Amino acid sequence: MTGLFDILGPTMVGPSSSHTAGASRLGYVTQAILGGAPERARIGLHGSFAMTGEGHGTKKAIIGGLLGYAPDDERIRTSVEDATAAGMDFEFYTADLGEDAHPNSAVFEVERGEEEATIRGASIGGGQIRIHEIDGFRVDLSGSLPTLVVQADDVPGTIATITRMLSERGVNLATMHVDRTGRGEQALMTIESDADIPEELIEAMRGQDWVHWIRYVRGLV
Amino acid sequence: MYGSIEKWFADAEAQGVDLAEAVLRRETKDTGADRERIRTRIRDALEVMENAVAEGLTSEEKSPSGLTGGRARRLIAEGPRIFGEAFTTTLARAIATLEVNARMGLIVAAPTAGAAGVVPGVLLTLREERGWSADRLVDGMLVAGGVGAVIAERASIAGAGGGCQAETGSAAAMSSAAVTYLEGGSPEAVGTAVALTLQGMLGLICDPIAGLVEIPCAYRNASAAVQAVGCAEMAIAGLDFPVTPDEVIDVMGEVGRKMDVRYRETALGGLAATPSGQRIARQAGMPELVQLQRKGDQKGEESARFGPS
Repeated sequence: MTGLFDILGPTMVGPSSSHTAGASRLGYVTQAILGGAPERARIGLHGSFAMTGEGHGTKKAIIGGLLGYAPDDERIRTSVEDATAAGMDFEFYTADLGEDAHPNSAVFEVERGEEEATIRGASIGGGQIRIHEIDGFRVDLSGSLPTLVVQADDVPGTIATITRMLSERGVNLATMHVDRTGRGEQALMTIESDADIPEELIEAMRGQDWVHWIRYVRGLV
Repeated sequence: MYGSIEKWFADAEAQGVDLAEAVLRRETKDTGADRERIRTRIRDALEVMENAVAEGLTSEEKSPSGLTGGRARRLIAEGPRIFGEAFTTTLARAIATLEVNARMGLIVAAPTAGAAGVVPGVLLTLREERGWSADRLVDGMLVAGGVGAVIAERASIAGAGGGCQAETGSAAAMSSAAVTYLEGGSPEAVGTAVALTLQGMLGLICDPIAGLVEIPCAYRNASAAVQAVGCAEMAIAGLDFPVTPDEVIDVMGEVGRKMDVRYRETALGGLAATPSGQRIARQAGMPELVQLQRKGDQKGEESARFGPS
């Protein structure tokens, strides 16, 4: 469904909603999943991102996103200098993500302290994005709603426990997606909600012994 | 938002409210956001538009490619030669916004970045000419948004989906509807403004030189702004059009779907593939694009999955 501000927006740093605003959003969601700006980043650009990205500031937008700049943050223009000054070690390369990949796709390998993540996503037009893969798990996230990413053991009752904890706090779920490496192995749950998820609730989820890690991404309007 | 102009207008009538109020109520219902929050966001968007126009009209700074920058300022400096000042200002503000966009300035994609100059070109200029209050301008933006949402639902607002008719055409229809509404036009006249404006933009291709949102985009924003004002004038005067606005939007969608991919923002056809366009693409450091343009003659479908929006 088309919302009013899909038409009267987004407010963004130009020149392209897909190659600039969407690119910065991909970087932003990546750093949010990682838990902050990466110290090291390897970014593969696929298709049109690789071919016409230079003229659209795609690299500046992605680095800006990794620094936590929103698509309407004018610091995107100086993001590469800002990242270098902050000591971020980054490199871009041209990736071939296959025929089926959206032409505006990117893959991120990022590290911060002990944490690391591999994230693949696409800018699908109008500044909107989809995150398709986190650490080898298939997901489907927009980054526009508050999102919980939960990596857990694939044991019975995990989904029920998480959804019960959310419903007890009155958090309304918009979407939920589960992928796993195999029966009884590892599972990744991604949950998009209509409203912010309280920090103490996330802490309580972290206390479950089958939970490996939880990331919370505040939605970007 | 609404899926057709017909449903929107019928809903407004059933509730006994005007077109802007119907959009506001519908958005409140769809998103849960309160009315003041929505109006504030629109005022914020208008402020971004004003700042972009002000910057674009005074700066001579070029875009990184060097393709645009300084033309809006020149147009204003030369002054009106044919029509009056408002006409020249409308053109200049549309170009100014695209010039700011090209150098990574802050703009409002309305409905897209590539068509971001049309709404400010038309509405910010006519606000001064016609003396609309700040609140009325927000009402006008609600009507513009309602039109854009219907087009997005029924056809497309993306150059990759339907060519430039979907981008600057949609922006022109949005602007024309807002002007007609703000000048006291009936819902019927607003509908006519949409139909008239969009029928005049049908078939317009998206063929950005070097794949950049610069040329012809800046000029196409200016001509779409003029189209919007002209059609509002005719609609307010009560001129009619025998095809409904929803039908014209559907035709735009059909033409977009049948449009060769070379003309849908891939930079593989049209002005982008001319010798002049290819020369600029090479200078801008995109020799791969030129190779694809040449291949595109033999296998356009296959090589045409690229392009900005």
